[in-house]
Amino acid sequence: MKIVVKLFASFRNGRFKIDEQEHPARTDCRKIMLNLGLTEEEIGVVMVNGCHASLDQTLQDEDTLAFFPLIGGG
Amino acid sequence: MDKILRVNMTELSSKIEAVPSAWAGLGGRGLTSTIVSAEVPATCHPLGVNNKLVFAPGLLTGTPAANSGRLSAGAKSPLTGTIKESNAGGTAAQMLAKLGIKALIIEGLPKEDKWYSLHIDKDGVAIKKETELIGKGNFEVIDALEKRIGIKTGLLTIGVAGEMKMTAANISVKDPDSKLRSHGRGGLGAVMGSKKIKFISIDDTDAPGLTIADPEKFKVAARTFAKALLDHPVSGQGLPTYGTDVLINILNEAGGLPTRNFTYGQFEGHDNISGETMHDTIVARGGKPKHGCHAGCIIQCSQVYPDKDGKYLTSGFEYETIWGLGADCCIDNLDDIAQADSMMDDIGIDSIETAVMFGVAMEAGILNFGDSKELLRMLKEDIGKGTPLGRILGGGAVSVGRAYGVTRIPVVKGQGIPAYDPRSVKGIGITYATSPMGADHTAGYTIATNILNVGGHVNPLKKEGQVELSRNLQIATAAIDSTGMCIFVAFPALDIPECLPALIDMINARFGIGLTGDDVTNLGKYILKTERQFNINAGFNNNHDRLPEFFTSDPVPPHNAVWDFSDAEIDEFWNF
Repeated sequence: MKIVVKLFASFRNGRFKIDEQEHPARTDCRKIMLNLGLTEEEIGVVMVNGCHASLDQTLQDEDTLAFFPLIGGG
Repeated sequence: MDKILRVNMTELSSKIEAVPSAWAGLGGRGLTSTIVSAEVPATCHPLGVNNKLVFAPGLLTGTPAANSGRLSAGAKSPLTGTIKESNAGGTAAQMLAKLGIKALIIEGLPKEDKWYSLHIDKDGVAIKKETELIGKGNFEVIDALEKRIGIKTGLLTIGVAGEMKMTAANISVKDPDSKLRSHGRGGLGAVMGSKKIKFISIDDTDAPGLTIADPEKFKVAARTFAKALLDHPVSGQGLPTYGTDVLINILNEAGGLPTRNFTYGQFEGHDNISGETMHDTIVARGGKPKHGCHAGCIIQCSQVYPDKDGKYLTSGFEYETIWGLGADCCIDNLDDIAQADSMMDDIGIDSIETAVMFGVAMEAGILNFGDSKELLRMLKEDIGKGTPLGRILGGGAVSVGRAYGVTRIPVVKGQGIPAYDPRSVKGIGITYATSPMGADHTAGYTIATNILNVGGHVNPLKKEGQVELSRNLQIATAAIDSTGMCIFVAFPALDIPECLPALIDMINARFGIGLTGDDVTNLGKYILKTERQFNINAGFNNNHDRLPEFFTSDPVPPHNAVWDFSDAEIDEFWNF
C-alpha cells in the first residue's frame, strides 16, 4: 500500500520533508518509525490523516503519516 | 523596601507610597488586576480620566531565577471594555524590581493638550514635557533616548498608533539589544496615549536591589528549575532552534491553522512560512536563530531575522504574527511578513490584532487576500499616518468588520482570535470564550495538551475534557503570570515533576514564606474571579463568554469541525 510520510523539525535532519513509500498491508506507525531510525522516546506527536494517533495504529492505503518531535510555542 | 509609585497626570504630580499589606504577596498580573479592580470604576471610559495604567514586575523578577523578567501592564481595555493584563519581556521589569518598585500606577489625564514623559530612578519619578519625539516611531524613539539619556536606559514607549489612541495600539519595551518587545494585546498603548505619555524611561543606577530571605534555599531551587527548563525538549531544544513558529506545520497538519479569515484549517503555503524554513533562512543569511527577550532567559525562543542582504530585519518574530499575516491573509512570503512585523513594532500596534484585522479587511475587499505589498503600503500610509481608513484599521478586527458589514469577524469580547481554530482545537475555544481578557491563547494554552502532547493528551476534535483542561490551565497561568515568569516555563512544569515545586520554593525562599501548591492554585483562582467580577461590574455576563456565530454554522475543513458546545457547557467553566 502507498503511505505518504511527513517529517518535521529535527526529524528532517539527514532524512526528508515528505516521502511517498510503499509498505505491506497492515503496517503500523511503529514499523515506519523504526524504518526511519527513530526511537519511541524521540517521538512527540504522531498524526494519521491529521488526527493524533498511537504508534500501534495500523495504516490504510493512501494514509498520510506525520511524525513530530516534542515541540511547542505559543 | 518595596514601594508603589503613583503618578497623577491631571495634577502632574507623583508620590511614593508604602505597599498595602493586602498587596504584599502579589506581583505581575495578580497585582495589576487587583489594583485595577480596586481603583478603576468598571464602567469608566477606558480612555477617560478615571482609567488607570498599572505596571508591575512579577514576584521573582529581579532575582537570578531563570526566565523571570516579565512585566505586567494592566488597565481597563479600550479594545474589549474588560479588564486587561498584558505581559512582556524586555529590560524594564528587572530595573523596576531592582528599584524596589512593586507597581507604577498612572492615573488622571493632563488638562492641556501637551505631551509628557516619565523618568524613573532611585529617587522616584519625574514628569517632563516632551516635544521632540512626538509623532516618531518606536525605533527612532529608542535611538534618540539612548543618545539623550544613555545606552542603558530602560524604556516603555508608544508609537504613533498609541498617540492616536488606536484601540489596537501596544506598549513597547526596549529589549537587551535596543529592539522591542510588546505589551501587545488589548490596546494598552491607547491608554498610555490618552494620558499623553510618549515614553517612560528607567535608570536603575544605585538601585537598592532586592533581598532574598533564604539565599541558599533559593540557589538550590533555582538550579533545579533551570535544569528542568533545559531538560525539556520543548523549552530546551525546539524553541531555541525553531522559535514559536515551529507551530505552523503541526497546526496545519492537525487542520487547526486558521486560513483565509478562518475559512479553512490548512494553508497551501504553510511550509514557506514554517519554523523550519525560518530557521534555515536565518542560518543561511547569518542571523541568530536564538535570542532572549530579557537577561536571564535560558529558553531563547526569539531570533534575529535578517533580510536577503544579511541586514537586521526583525526580531521576536512570533508564530501568531506569522500565522496571521501568513495563513489567515494567505501570504506565503516570509520576508514580507518580517517587514510587516518590523513596521508594526515601529508604529506600535499589536501584531496579533492587526493580523486578524487584515484577514477581515481582505474579506471586506479593502485589499486582496495574499497582497502583501498592499498590506505593507496600508501599514505605512494608512495606519502609520492615521488616515480615516487607517483609524478604522487601527481599531482592530471589530472596527473594520463593522465599518464594512463583514459577518465573519473572529473575536471574543472584541479581541481578535489568534492562530488556533477553536472548531478543530476545541479546548482553546473554551479559553477564548471564558478568559476575562477576551480571546487570548496564552490565558489557558490548551494547545499544549490538545495538539503537542505536553501534559498528556486531550483529543482536540472532541468536547470531552476541554472545559476542565482550560480551567486548570487558566488558573495555573494566572498564578504564573504573577511570578514574572515567561509562560513557556509551563511546558516543563506540565511534564517534569520537580519543576513547579522548584518555582514555589524560589518564591518561598525569596520572601521567607511557606506557600504550598494549593496556595498557588488559590492565587490563580482569586485572580480569575477578581478579573471576572470587574467585567461583570462593567456590564459583561455569561452571554459574552461565547464564540462568534459563524463557528457554529460553518464547518472548517479538513475535519469539517464546528463549534458545538452548548451555553451551559461553556458556563460550567466558572464552576470553581
